[in-house]
Amino acid sequence: MTVPSPPEDTPAAAAPVLELDALDVAFGFGPRRRQVLHGVSLSLAEGRTLGLVGESGSGKSTLAKAVVGLVRPSGGRVLLDGDDLAGARRDRLATLRRRVQLIPQDPYASLNPRMTAGEAIAEAIDPRRGKLYAHRDEVETLLGKVAMDPDAADRYPNAFSGGQRQRIAIARALAVRPEVIIADEVTSALDCSVQAEVLGVLRDLRAAGPLTMLFISHDLAVVRHVSDEVAVMSEGRIVEHRERDALFTAPQNAYTKTLLASVPRVRA
Amino acid sequence: MTLKNLRWTPSLVIGTVLMAALLVLAVIGPMVWGDAADRLNPQATHQSASAEHLSGTDALGRDVLARTLAATRLTLLMAFGATAIAAVGGILFGAAVWVSGPRVRELGLRLIDVLVSYPAVIFALTVTAVLSPSATTCVVAIGLASCPAFARLTTNLAAGIANRDFVSTARLLGVAPGRMLRRHILPNIAEPLLVLVSVAFTVSLKALSGLSVLGMGTQPPKYDWGSLLGKSLPDIYVNAAPVVAPSIAIIVAGLAGGLIGDGLAAAVHPDARGRGGKARIKAVLAATEPAGRTAPDDALVAVDGLSVSLPDGTRLVEDVSLHLRAGEVVGVVGESGSGKSLTAMAVAKLLPEGLRPDAARLRLGDLDLRGEVDPKRLATEIGIVYQDPSASFNPTLKLGSQLTETLRVHGDTGRAEASAQAVEQLRLAHVTLPEQRMKQHPHELSGGMRQRAMIASALLTKPRLLIADEPTTALDVTVQAEVLKLLREANERDGTAVLLISHDIGVVTQICDRVLVMYSGRLVEELPVERLRAGEARHPYTRALLAATPEVDEDKPLAPIPGRPPQPADRPAGCAFAPRCELARAECEEHRPVLQPMESGGAAACFALDWDLTPESVPAAADSAASEGSTA
Repeated sequence: MTVPSPPEDTPAAAAPVLELDALDVAFGFGPRRRQVLHGVSLSLAEGRTLGLVGESGSGKSTLAKAVVGLVRPSGGRVLLDGDDLAGARRDRLATLRRRVQLIPQDPYASLNPRMTAGEAIAEAIDPRRGKLYAHRDEVETLLGKVAMDPDAADRYPNAFSGGQRQRIAIARALAVRPEVIIADEVTSALDCSVQAEVLGVLRDLRAAGPLTMLFISHDLAVVRHVSDEVAVMSEGRIVEHRERDALFTAPQNAYTKTLLASVPRVRA
Repeated sequence: MTLKNLRWTPSLVIGTVLMAALLVLAVIGPMVWGDAADRLNPQATHQSASAEHLSGTDALGRDVLARTLAATRLTLLMAFGATAIAAVGGILFGAAVWVSGPRVRELGLRLIDVLVSYPAVIFALTVTAVLSPSATTCVVAIGLASCPAFARLTTNLAAGIANRDFVSTARLLGVAPGRMLRRHILPNIAEPLLVLVSVAFTVSLKALSGLSVLGMGTQPPKYDWGSLLGKSLPDIYVNAAPVVAPSIAIIVAGLAGGLIGDGLAAAVHPDARGRGGKARIKAVLAATEPAGRTAPDDALVAVDGLSVSLPDGTRLVEDVSLHLRAGEVVGVVGESGSGKSLTAMAVAKLLPEGLRPDAARLRLGDLDLRGEVDPKRLATEIGIVYQDPSASFNPTLKLGSQLTETLRVHGDTGRAEASAQAVEQLRLAHVTLPEQRMKQHPHELSGGMRQRAMIASALLTKPRLLIADEPTTALDVTVQAEVLKLLREANERDGTAVLLISHDIGVVTQICDRVLVMYSGRLVEELPVERLRAGEARHPYTRALLAATPEVDEDKPLAPIPGRPPQPADRPAGCAFAPRCELARAECEEHRPVLQPMESGGAAACFALDWDLTPESVPAAADSAASEGSTA
């Protein structure tokens, strides 16, 4: 595996919202200790979407978990607007966490089957008392942002297709007005036509306003579709991180090249 | 599980009817038989069964049947009371343990372990002995004694739910533990708890009756079924009649609780029980004449008019005709629910139980797959590679014995010979260190190596047809490329025909000669791969699918397909894609288009092919295809 070389044309980091500084994550102790992330440094500027690609076991999901605080780093820092997330005390962590929102992979597992779409979004707006009637207008606005009808608020998840569920999950993440959204393989469980629907919603959201997003996927074509810049991970390291078109048209790293060459293409 | 869609299994019906009867009895019992139950008759003590006293009389000459009926109310109240204490106390305790911090939780869980292992009846006896026996004390005692079971179930179920995405999302949102419990955890574990409640009713009833029989329960002048039984037990050899009524009452009530629990459990897990007899279909019935193109006679695999139906007649696959020539690689592509896997599994005679295939023709070479087929020929002439390489091998057996099994059972090959062939096949599949792999267990191989081993295993019997059902979906993209290459190699080396099923149109394009596109259980287009590569698909669905697929070499806007595919039961009579198709006209909704061959090769089932369409009205796929040549 290639040693991470400092990428020449790393995207300009103007006022990073999210910054990872030499992040290490390890699981287990003693001889069974396994380091999953090796000094990962990344910075994400406001309004940008960073696509993170890698194969299974490359550490991209662990990175997402470390950023939202589900996994505690063994070294390095996660900075959100300069605040250290990893070192935050318990009481501060809850407020810090709300500033980063994760959209999980499986839209069938990420919505509580016993709560309507509206209740789920209302809870994101106010996690303490969130009742749908109190936030009706805001919930309907959010549903509108992901191209759903207002009456979707009163239906339970089983009334929706996978794509619609994923759109509700996106609306729920937006409800918090987070500074950073982390989308972890959000289209992997979806059929092709449905994936297009979700990708379309994400694209519209980016066009509509400043959206800072870390978009994680194993699918290079999908990453190309939504990202401004792309980082390639392999074995817990970032091996290449560049502006999207530069990475796809002229990859520098050998692993990136292999990855790009392996993608099955309809039109050869 | 709402009441509306609750499955009323026989046990649930009987249990509910019994319980309802008992409840009616509990309400009217003391009113109707109260006086008779208390009427002393010094002339008629210790009587046996008679027309006047069906279950005899007790030591004071009171009618035992009347007393049993009148005691229904108190007995049921006590049993319900104990159950309520157990459920409320146990669930609250379990929930409290679950929401507390890690140290308290660990301590609480161990405490529950200890309490569960302590015999409930002994605990109840101790409590009643300490608090002087009465109806109330034994209800409290039995209730408390049953708490740990509820606490244990609550914590176990909550732990399972806690790993679900919606719970971790709620935690990231900052939802407080109490609300998390109320809104997210408890509603999703309610069903198993409900089952436990009905079981706990039976257990409480039994334990309460036991205490009363021992004289530790209700004290005179109050009486329940247990005390009635206890009073008449010493005389059982002299006069058995007074034992009968309270015994039957306890049995019936216990049975009611148990049957309801059983029925609820079956309703919660529809797979667990109540499945009818095995509906294994051996022979395939002749279907109606297939519409459209039929398979040529010289094909290796010939399928005409194949339908796969649910027991209720819903067709999951409808009138599919396809063929493979010897040595051909054919891909079947479609989204989930399109019927692509069922079509392939019908050819392999591996349909899930309960599904019924019909076909006018379904054959592999000279082998008619519609009737009984020699299992040896089926096992050796068709090889299958499944999606998940970790699930297709038995994790407890070494690879060697699994790889050689088919050869030794069906190939009349000796152990050493079979082993040598397996090693050779692994080598051909580019499995590293093939000899060592034979002695390894499946988990010692990486996912990619396992899938290579799976392919080697499928090819061992030199099958004429290899069916690969989403063989690379669980693999990384670099491994996927190698596995696809491997399938093509096997095809070129041995002339094995390959039927490749995939949801990914890019994957089938890699190695197939011809691609079939399925939508909602029907075959909508068949086209040579060159035409697909050139972006010259003709069917609007295929074109829409291409327009919705992101490409790694270009940044094109994606066109999602509006709406969603119809459910098989609601599939329209006309074209299944018509409701989502921008070209659809009235004709499309009324009549089902059949596959019609095209001059350019391939066939498509679409009326629009005959229409005169201006280029503007054609979906986007063609346009982007034209501008695409340079980037490839």
